[in-house]
Amino acid sequence: MVRAHVLICGGTGCTSSGSQDIQKAFRENIESYGLADEVKLVQTGCFGLCALGPVVIVYPDGTFYSRVTPEDVKEIVEEHLLKGRIVERLVYNDTGNDKEEVTGNVALGDTAFYKSQNRVVLRNCGVINPENIDEYIAMDGYAALGKVLTEMTPEDVIKCVTDSGLRGRGGGGFPTGRKWALCAPNKAPQKYVVCNADEGDPGAFMDRSVLEGDPHSVIEAMAIAGYAIGATQGYVYVRAEYPIAVKRLQIAIDQAREYGLLGKNIFDSGFDFDLHIRLGAGAFVCGEETALMTSIEGNRGEPRPRPPYPAVKGLYNSPTVENNVETFANIPQIILRGAEWFASMGTEKSKGTKVFALGGKIKHTGLVEIPMGTTLRHIIEDIGGGIPGGKKFKAAQTGGPSGGCIPASLIDTEVDYDNLTAIGCMMGSGGLIVMDEDTCMVDMAKFFLEFTVDESCGKCTPCRVGTKRLLELLDKITKGNGTLEDLDRMEELCLYIKQNSLCGLGQTAPNPVLATLKFFRDEYVAHVKDKVCPAGVCKDLVSYSIIADKCKGCTKCARNCPVGAITGTIKNPHEINQAACIKCGACIDNCPFGAIVRK
Amino acid sequence: MKSLAELQAIKDRMKDKVILREGVNDIRVVVGMATCGIAAGARPVLATLVEEVNAAGLSDKVTVSQTGCIGICQYEPIVEVFEAGKDKVTYVKMTPEKAKRVVEEHLKGGNVVNEYTIAGHKE
Repeated sequence: MVRAHVLICGGTGCTSSGSQDIQKAFRENIESYGLADEVKLVQTGCFGLCALGPVVIVYPDGTFYSRVTPEDVKEIVEEHLLKGRIVERLVYNDTGNDKEEVTGNVALGDTAFYKSQNRVVLRNCGVINPENIDEYIAMDGYAALGKVLTEMTPEDVIKCVTDSGLRGRGGGGFPTGRKWALCAPNKAPQKYVVCNADEGDPGAFMDRSVLEGDPHSVIEAMAIAGYAIGATQGYVYVRAEYPIAVKRLQIAIDQAREYGLLGKNIFDSGFDFDLHIRLGAGAFVCGEETALMTSIEGNRGEPRPRPPYPAVKGLYNSPTVENNVETFANIPQIILRGAEWFASMGTEKSKGTKVFALGGKIKHTGLVEIPMGTTLRHIIEDIGGGIPGGKKFKAAQTGGPSGGCIPASLIDTEVDYDNLTAIGCMMGSGGLIVMDEDTCMVDMAKFFLEFTVDESCGKCTPCRVGTKRLLELLDKITKGNGTLEDLDRMEELCLYIKQNSLCGLGQTAPNPVLATLKFFRDEYVAHVKDKVCPAGVCKDLVSYSIIADKCKGCTKCARNCPVGAITGTIKNPHEINQAACIKCGACIDNCPFGAIVRK
Repeated sequence: MKSLAELQAIKDRMKDKVILREGVNDIRVVVGMATCGIAAGARPVLATLVEEVNAAGLSDKVTVSQTGCIGICQYEPIVEVFEAGKDKVTYVKMTPEKAKRVVEEHLKGGNVVNEYTIAGHKE
């Protein structure tokens, strides 16, 4: 009889920090202590707290072990599973309360990271084994599909989704119910449901985690969408760089077919639906809905002009509904728990929850799901654990290369679609990159623009040429050759690109530049007028020098300089050869006396 | 899958297998499993408790877990029952047979088996 479950994260983050070895070590140790009949090992999807991975959770106590190594496993098995003593040194129990010292076990739901989260999309991630359809069914899986096929008409389904107020989670925020309603009346021999899993924003991994941790929720939702609009065929377009997600999704599709939850005559209702995976090669533009469909058709991923919209002429020129992974993952819960339940979460115009991938200069890198309308301050300071090293918060980038930044002065903004749009930002798919005082905003804008220049498909001129010219201007500024007129020219060019590009990629590509120009114009001016980079990032505007009085001549800097630019004899002040210096900062990191300055 | 009943059957069959992951329930039964407890025979007691709790259909109310040395090693195997709003009950010198009775009378019936508790225990 099983008395304990050991859940080991098998998401991409924990897999890359070695969770497979940990699984193996657990299996061996449980075997050698004769506990195989009492303790069950379960590989799950992402728990969200990727910064502390690999993550292991032991139930029924719900003990959260973080940063587990294969060497720790013997101790956990011997102490916890055999003798019932928690291995304190590995337990994560940060409740975010500085006043009292917490020792021992803290329920997962009481930790600072989890307690303000509201997991709807991620409800099964880190709870069930994604490769076992029975565990999904145990958590009410496929009950929504059953309900839809036996009790509801397609119109009922669309009404329910519309009433819930669910909006597209891929970035645009288009109401999902309306999208379905636009497609449903269009008559065609074949209609399609497409799931956009081409997650391309640097630093975003919400969709990957859902596919890895709860693939059946997407399959179920796509079948529901198929019933609502009258489609019998679905495609999931997922990038090939997500091997674990692709593998688990394929397993899930096979299991669903075996159970007859995909295929002909599902639940004896006469409804047929089947699903196939299409792998993308990782082009950012294929996340744009028309480019994605072009890519599924086997052509080069380029967007098409709209109208006609996909609801009329989408995949293979047939009416198509395309939604993002996270959007779909909400659907079964909306059907089961009702539109009112969903609409009770969030703000007036943005209902439900949103998953964010926290990254950058933040303590708890990982995945969080919070109700819409949570303030940025709460996300960063409480859930994210703040900025490491006591540094000051400068800005947060939402929406990746298509979004903008929220400066520190607006940290109390309630995060939802409309508030972010109002301050010149966008929700995007949910990447949230935190930046501290060491980040140069000009350099940041340049980084994202380099990305969009690379990823522009080249079909339309404003995007292909415009972003390139914009990048050249930014490059000029970071090299200290910019003029104040350049700033105005950049702004003008940004607006031109936004208005004239064919698809979302070009229309949003200038956003990082516009937002930084708006909120951090002083930094641009410092680069242009004073020829300095205030954060000390832009290499051409920075120089390193040694303060002779402070230098003890320990030679540490000279030994660590990768290009041999530092000269000097022992116990005498050293000097940096400016011509040879590559401004890597290795000397400043290694100086024990604080004798090196960056200007 | 041809009917909702089929789906429900799978759900019912699986529910016991995942319920452990819903965390700690209202009643927590803890078995002392330090060296002293194991040496005195705590392992079969733990196994019996887990099995009986499941057999009695109490798995959504009762969590069976382990703990370390409670400090009164001469009374091992020890089983403690924690219930919100009630005093802790400490059973001593447990055996699988006694464990069965505790599940039946205390956990299911709500009546403490006084003769097995540390207060009622007679040498």
